[in-house]
Amino acid sequence: MAAANKQARSPVGGLAFSDTRTLISIVLKYAGLALFSAMGLIFVYALLRDDNLGLAVIFGVITIGINVIFLVPGLYPLRWMAPGLALVTLLVIYPIFYTVVTATTNYGDGHRLTKQQTIRLFERQTFVPEDARLYTWDVYQNEGGDYGLWLARDLEDGSREVLFAPTDGDIFEVEDAPEEPPESFEGFTLLDRAGRAQALVSIQNMTFGNPEDGAAIVNRTQAARPLGQRFVYDSEQDAIINQETGVTFFADNNEGVFVPRGQSQTQALQPGFRVNVGLENFQRLVEDARLLQPLIGVFVWTVAFAALSVLTTFTMGLFMAIILDDPRIPLRKIWRSLIFVPYAIPGVIGILVWRAMLNQNLGLITNFVDDVAGVRINWFTEADWARFAILLVNLWLGYPYMMLINSGALQAIPSEIYEAAAVDGARPWQRFANITLPLLLVTVGPLLIASFVFNFNNYLLIEVLTEGNPPMAGTPTPVGHTDILITYTYSLAFGDRADYGYASAITIIIFAIVLVITLLQFRFTRQWEEVGENV
Amino acid sequence: MSNQHRTTREVTGTTTREESRAVMGRREAIVGVTVRMLIILTAVAFALFPVLFIASSAFNPAGTLSTGNLVPPGVESLDELVTNFRALLVDDLALYPFWNWILNSFIVASISTSLVVLITALSAYAFSRFRFRGRRSLLLAVLLIQVFPNLLAMVALFLILLEIGQLVETIPAVLPFLDFINWNWLNIFSLNSLGGLILVYMAGAMGINTWLMKGFFDSVPRDIDESATVDGATNWQIFWMLIFPLVRPILAVVGVLAFVGTFNEFVLARIILRDKENWTLMVGLYNFISADFNRDWGKFAAGALVSSVPVIALYLSLQDQIVGGLTQGAVKG
Repeated sequence: MAAANKQARSPVGGLAFSDTRTLISIVLKYAGLALFSAMGLIFVYALLRDDNLGLAVIFGVITIGINVIFLVPGLYPLRWMAPGLALVTLLVIYPIFYTVVTATTNYGDGHRLTKQQTIRLFERQTFVPEDARLYTWDVYQNEGGDYGLWLARDLEDGSREVLFAPTDGDIFEVEDAPEEPPESFEGFTLLDRAGRAQALVSIQNMTFGNPEDGAAIVNRTQAARPLGQRFVYDSEQDAIINQETGVTFFADNNEGVFVPRGQSQTQALQPGFRVNVGLENFQRLVEDARLLQPLIGVFVWTVAFAALSVLTTFTMGLFMAIILDDPRIPLRKIWRSLIFVPYAIPGVIGILVWRAMLNQNLGLITNFVDDVAGVRINWFTEADWARFAILLVNLWLGYPYMMLINSGALQAIPSEIYEAAAVDGARPWQRFANITLPLLLVTVGPLLIASFVFNFNNYLLIEVLTEGNPPMAGTPTPVGHTDILITYTYSLAFGDRADYGYASAITIIIFAIVLVITLLQFRFTRQWEEVGENV
Repeated sequence: MSNQHRTTREVTGTTTREESRAVMGRREAIVGVTVRMLIILTAVAFALFPVLFIASSAFNPAGTLSTGNLVPPGVESLDELVTNFRALLVDDLALYPFWNWILNSFIVASISTSLVVLITALSAYAFSRFRFRGRRSLLLAVLLIQVFPNLLAMVALFLILLEIGQLVETIPAVLPFLDFINWNWLNIFSLNSLGGLILVYMAGAMGINTWLMKGFFDSVPRDIDESATVDGATNWQIFWMLIFPLVRPILAVVGVLAFVGTFNEFVLARIILRDKENWTLMVGLYNFISADFNRDWGKFAAGALVSSVPVIALYLSLQDQIVGGLTQGAVKG
């Protein structure tokens, strides 16, 4: 090919960053960037209007970042990474920040929305003012399940006003004002007596028509319009005023509620809104003994569970690897494959099967133990048995992997070392303790740490097998004897009463522990590599 | 590995093991092998017992846990044998949209796996072939990112997807002139959507896979692309027509393992997918019996068998690659 296209070496070495340019590709690039930026800007604006500063900043950063990467020639290599970078920024880095920020808020049930969203929610509420006009009503429903309201009243001059109010859209007058509502009207079908009674449950709190000109059902026979806007936000006072009663609810930006001046929190409007509460979640954690004690219990069990899991799976895996590491055994590959099966089964399924076999009333294993030993074990209601069950199932799940790794590592140990040991007269046990095990740990050590971290956060096993049960007694938040930190976090966040703020505070503790262990592992690994080289 | 031992013996005469065996004598050797075989058979029984239990429950027409006996009672006809399968796959679809779940699982796993392979291959190629400022720090960042599995931030991920979904209402409310666009497309990526779940899986797989793939690309000699450059190929052509095909076999293995991992994932799927129709297979199977452990046991077992047999076969065939370090750090989900 012609040398005209040949690229020069860049000053930093490596290849020069350039691609062939055609007019189409340039146009496509700028059009794509423009579209992307427009979308980004729309998102950022909408999010800012919602008080959602965090996500707005992230979308802003991604939009600007992509533009910079594609417009600055020197950043050519980053173009290759642009999709990955955007994804990681949005769904890996941001969630970490988000967790940290959420930990300093009262986010949770009762404080779900931002202040702006809460105000908008309140401003949508309506009430029936005293001077509203009253109508008799009939209800229609169309095939999509939407309701429509047929409103009629006699005017003072003897004529009749008949209106139709769909769920969304303008209320309009029905021509000729028929006396009786027709069976079907504009795609809607009239509901009979029974249908009307059934529908009442769902429509009695609905507003028909537009917010400015709405109608609502007052009682079994009467509906009213126009409706008044119940709550109006006054930005000067930073307060919401109830138009019906005249009560003013002032924003308490420390607690995240609208509350009448001088009144207690119980008088506040529900729901409240999300605010920053500083380190309150952490403070609660440390100061409230009823929270701290279960947390310590959970923490100790988490560490014990992770450590014991690694210990049992590693020991069993090594044992089986050594047993199988004998050329005289027939069909070794087949045995190894069969033993590997538990690792290959989808985790949820394997754990659920164990849960069934350990079922207290009907479980196969429970019945078997009962038949043989005459005791019915309460696997999931006694804390110690539940913990034992967890370790047993985790052994089943985890040791095949350890076995595979260990047999790989065993093969990697040079046989010359054993010969030297034999010459020195080492006994089998000495050979194992002084040669096999230390050399094995050099290779397998980092994996053991990884396994520890994995089990430290082994949400799947605990949640599917015991759901953290049996529950601890007398704790303000639901927590069980087999809960580990991550399952505890989950039940705080997604349990009966969501408390994302407190759940995030605990997540941060997990983050910190994982980070410390991993940094240690990085250091450790280097040391172990050195040890390995010296051998 | 047995080969290795044999060659060792041939070359050096004796290793310790062979030596001790010589001392042990034939009789003890037989005892030794017998003991080992007994242990192995016990281990095989321990490993396969639950699998046998699923299989027997799946074919047991009674279908409840209370009749859970390892040996199914006398079955009269083939028809009776597949009672649970028929209920699951044909009869009870209104109650449990089993085919939906399978389809969802395949959609999520295949889309996220192929996109992850493609996106991380692009990044890894840049890391492997270009030298630029900030390369080292970015590589370190890649290593650090995979320290935090996205499972840890599940609360945050849940809330972020929720907020993305809220944009569907916010945008028309605050920017009414944009009404001509149907903003419902954003729901594809919100909570309770497969798209949102795919994004979460993809993000979670970025770190480790970029790192792995950089290793693969590094193993391809740079002479290849330099000569192509001399011939006037662009970077994209080099990547797409030269290097990518070269590492494709190894990417296929990574892809298959990632596919299975995603297919089996349960925790994040359960948090993100709320409606029955959107569930993946694992979420569906779980919810099957969490409602009533006894009643639907047979159908669960049938579903479990259907969904785990292919996975087991795949894993067993890739056993060696799993140990070979391909899945370094990729832990089972």
